[in-house]
Formats: sequence, C-alpha cells, structure tokens
Amino acid sequence: MQPETTSRKLMWAGVNVLVLLYAFIPVLWLVALSLKDDKTLNDGNYVPVSPSGKNYSAIFSNSDFTRSLINSIGICVIATLVAIVLGTMAAYAIARLTFPGKRLIVAMALLVAMFPQIALVTPLFKIETTLRLFDTWPGLIIPYITFALPLAIYTLSAFFREIPWDLEKAAKMDGATPYQAFRQVITPLAMPGVFTTAILVFIACWNDFLFALSLTSTTNARTVPAAMSYFTGATTFEKPTGPIAAAAVVITIPILIFVLVFQRRIVAGLTSGAVKG
Amino acid sequence: MTATPTPAVAEAAEERIDDGTTEIARQRYTEAKRAERKLGLTLVAPAVIVMLAVTAYPILYAIWLSLNQADLRKPDANKFIWFDNYITVLSSPIWWTAFGVTMLITVVSAFFELVLGMLLAIVMHRTLVGRGLVRTSALLPYAIVTVVAAFSWRFAWTADLGYLTPEGSAPLTKFGSSVAIIILAEIWKTVPFMALLLMAGLALVPEDLLKAASMDGASAWKRFWLVTVPLIKPAILVALLFRTLDAFRIFDNIFVLTSGANKTSSVSMVTYSNLIRGLNLGIGSAMSVLIFITTGIIAFLFIKLFGAAAPGADAEGRR
Repeated sequence: MQPETTSRKLMWAGVNVLVLLYAFIPVLWLVALSLKDDKTLNDGNYVPVSPSGKNYSAIFSNSDFTRSLINSIGICVIATLVAIVLGTMAAYAIARLTFPGKRLIVAMALLVAMFPQIALVTPLFKIETTLRLFDTWPGLIIPYITFALPLAIYTLSAFFREIPWDLEKAAKMDGATPYQAFRQVITPLAMPGVFTTAILVFIACWNDFLFALSLTSTTNARTVPAAMSYFTGATTFEKPTGPIAAAAVVITIPILIFVLVFQRRIVAGLTSGAVKG
Repeated sequence: MTATPTPAVAEAAEERIDDGTTEIARQRYTEAKRAERKLGLTLVAPAVIVMLAVTAYPILYAIWLSLNQADLRKPDANKFIWFDNYITVLSSPIWWTAFGVTMLITVVSAFFELVLGMLLAIVMHRTLVGRGLVRTSALLPYAIVTVVAAFSWRFAWTADLGYLTPEGSAPLTKFGSSVAIIILAEIWKTVPFMALLLMAGLALVPEDLLKAASMDGASAWKRFWLVTVPLIKPAILVALLFRTLDAFRIFDNIFVLTSGANKTSSVSMVTYSNLIRGLNLGIGSAMSVLIFITTGIIAFLFIKLFGAAAPGADAEGRR
C-alpha cells in the first residue's frame, strides 16, 4: 500500500501544481507588466528584466487614481455595511420565523440575483439624473446594496439554520422577548457567518464595473475598475499599459488578502448558500 | 393575515365551554404567533423595499420609456409611440448580431465551465495533499475584479506586448480570435465558482455508495456517470442556470478586451453604447426590456424543462 499512496500523493501534487499555475499565471503577468519600465515593456517576456516601481509611484501621484481608490473603498464599505444589516434582519426572519409571504420574498431575492443589471442601466440613469443622484456616492451605493442583498440573504439564512436555536428558546423561557433573543443571544453566535457574508458582498461590490461606468461621469464617484478604463497614455489611442497594470495589482491586493486569510470561510459561504441536497 | 383570527376566535369559543385554562394558553399562543409574524414582516421589510425600489420600479419605468420616443438630444420630441422602438431594435442587424454573439459566448463558455468546473471540483474534493492550497488558489480567479483579469488577457494577446501573442499577429483585431479570447477570459474567471457549487454537491454523495459500486466492479468512469452524476444533478442544474444567466449579461470582459470592435458586442454592450453614445432612452429601454424577457425565458426553460430547483426556494422542505 505504501508505494501506491506515495505515487498517488505525487499525482495529486502534480494536479495541484496545475491548478496553481492556472490561477496565478494571469495574475503574475499583471505584476510583471507593472514592474516593467518603458524600455522593456514591449519585449514580450513574461518576467521583467529590470524591475522598477516607477508605475506605482506614477499612479499614486495621479489624483484621478487616488480619488477613485478612495471612492472604491468608501462606496464598497458603506454598501457592504448596509447590505449586511438589512440582509441579517431579513435572513433571520426567513430562517427562523413563520410569517406570510416568506416564499415570495425568497423568490424575489432569487429574481434580483438573476436580474440582468444592464436592464436597469437606462432607467436608473434617467431616475438618478432626475433625483440628482447621478455621479454621487449614494448613486452607486444604492444599486450595490440591491444586488448584494440576495447574496447576503441566501448566505446568511444558510448560516443561521446551522445555529443552535435551543439557546434562543432558553433565552425566551428566561423571559427574553423575540427581539432580545435576536439581539443578545443569536447575534454573537451569528457573527462568523455575518463576517463571511460581508467578505462575499464586499468582493461583489469591488468587482462592479457596469454601474460604476454608466452612473458616473467624473472622478466624483468613479471607482477604480471604471477609472482604469479611462486612463490615457501619451496619445488618446494608446492605453498606458504600465499604470493600468499597476492599478490592477493595487486593487487585487485586498482580494488576495481576503482569499489567503479567509479561504475556509469563503468556501463555506459560497457553498452553503448555493446547494443543499 | 386577516383570515386567521376568525377560526381562532371560533375555536376559542368552543374551548371556553370545557376549560378556561386551555383558552388562556391558546390566546397566548396566537398572540405569540401574531408577534412572530409582525417581527418577521418588520425584519424583511427594509430589504424588500430596497429590492423593489431599485429593480421593480425601474423595470416598470423602462417598459414605459420603451413605448415612448425619449431621445435626450431631442427632449421636445418626446411622445408615446407604442412599439416603434421595439420594431427599430428587432429589425436592426446590430441587435441580432449582438444577440447571436451573446448566445454563442453563453453556450460555449457554460459548456466548458461545466466540464472544467467538474474536474476542478473533483480535484478540490479528492486531493490528498495541499487541499487548502488548491482551494485558496482556485478562489483567486473567482474573487479577482473582472476588469483586472480582462486587462491581463488583453495585454497577453496584444501584439509585441503579450507573452501569448505569436509573432506578427494581433488576435484581438479579428472576430473569431476575439470571441475565442473573450470566452477564454470568461471561462478562466468562472470555472472556480462553478467548481465550488459542484463541490458542495459532491460532498453530499455518500462515500459508502461509491465504495459499494467499486466492490461491484464499477470503474471510476462508471461510478462517476452512474452514481455521482445522478446524485448531484440538482447541483449541476443550479450551477448551469446561474452561469447561463450570468454569461448572458456579459459586459466587463468585452468592454475591456475589444470594446465591441469587429462585431463582438454583446447585448449588454449594445445597450450601454446606445445609452452613452446615442443617449436614446427609448431605444435603450426597449433593449433593456428585451434582455429582461430573454433572461426570464432562459430561467423558465431551465426550471420547467430540466427541473432545476431554485436554490433556497424549497429549503424549508428539505430541513
């Protein structure tokens, strides 16, 4: 048996290396490009010959980029917080309480999750222009919350079903109202699930491009993905490869940290909300 | 809500004749039920209101706009014109080319994502060494910003610049190779997500069943097709449904990779260009409504024909 397991382990190690290469080659390519200087940029090499941090100092001294980075962080953090609060409330009700219209709400969340966002761009453009929300932080935060809610509700209600609810019953027997049971007993137990969901929601907001592109017109609210497509080079027709690559690497760093630190939680979150039986 | 008190009162009246204490208990019970309902509705209300306000209202507004001539460049010429916008869109070759491209990308990428996603799911589920490492690295394409990944592919396939571009060619300037690269970018990004959904299904296949099949002499291939696949069919269908709808709204990759050049626009790209360059809200809304309807048809076909269960929809029944 021993040699067989060793060879099987080797086989799996080989397969694992393939997965690693699959995931990292396109990402490291951006890192490589961001470190190339003007002379070696077009040499077609995967590895930069003379790495330099010039592109990074260039984008961080560009106010358009720093402003869009602040926009991205601010808008995504606020949208995530609001979506998590609303999502937690709704998910608790869906997982625990009996009330009319529950199935309808679950179906509605599903519909929103599958909704083609582009179908909203034209009407939202018009509505936001009228309400003066166009090209503002709330103008992006509101649609982000909306599309984060189904994800939050599904993931959270899946987590909430795993919580030992007898504790809630015990609290109610001791005289706690349903609200107190929710606030003081269940909330602390639910925090890991809430935290995981927050990561997933943040990743989804961070990723948005369509709304950021269509519902902004200046650096006032434009997020990094949209700003990257507006970077201009020496001529209008030339895309500045180095700075774009550097910006891409910068906004990948938080994602990389999330994935490295919270891998288990993210996998649990993505699979729990999705399929059961 | 209003129908419930009547039978409760009637029953309570009956109870009163035999026993007073049961009645009190029952009243407490119905009160608790009522409080629970109230709390439930209060808790879901904000989420429901936000979702309705940002999706239902705009889509109704889009339907209204689509029946009007609403050109931002000619605000005075606005009027109700019935289905003229739809006729304009549906008789336009640009729309149908975009529709065909979108369908092509959707079908091809969903197919490859299912096959590769299943392979990756099996690797993540079965690997003997470095399970955490594999899962972590597989999450990277899922979590990375689509635009960032798209730029990586774009630079990789740009003449002189990219490590993947053959000498003297520019694959992003031709229709066929452009579509292939768009599909590649889509597949790379979403295989891990597909794999995670499928892995959740794989975890539910009882190990004993596979062992029993193996003892009966079933090969690994047969075990996969005759035991695993039927058992994880619901997971496969849900993953496919999600991916098909997601692929149908493809925008980011095309915007970055080709900007829709050489007829590579998707329906989302065409709608966006119409809004930003054309500023014609009537036409744009008609396209929005058509995309909405198509999405509905795809979801309906999946759920009715293949019996894909909507995730969460019958979660109560299973628990």
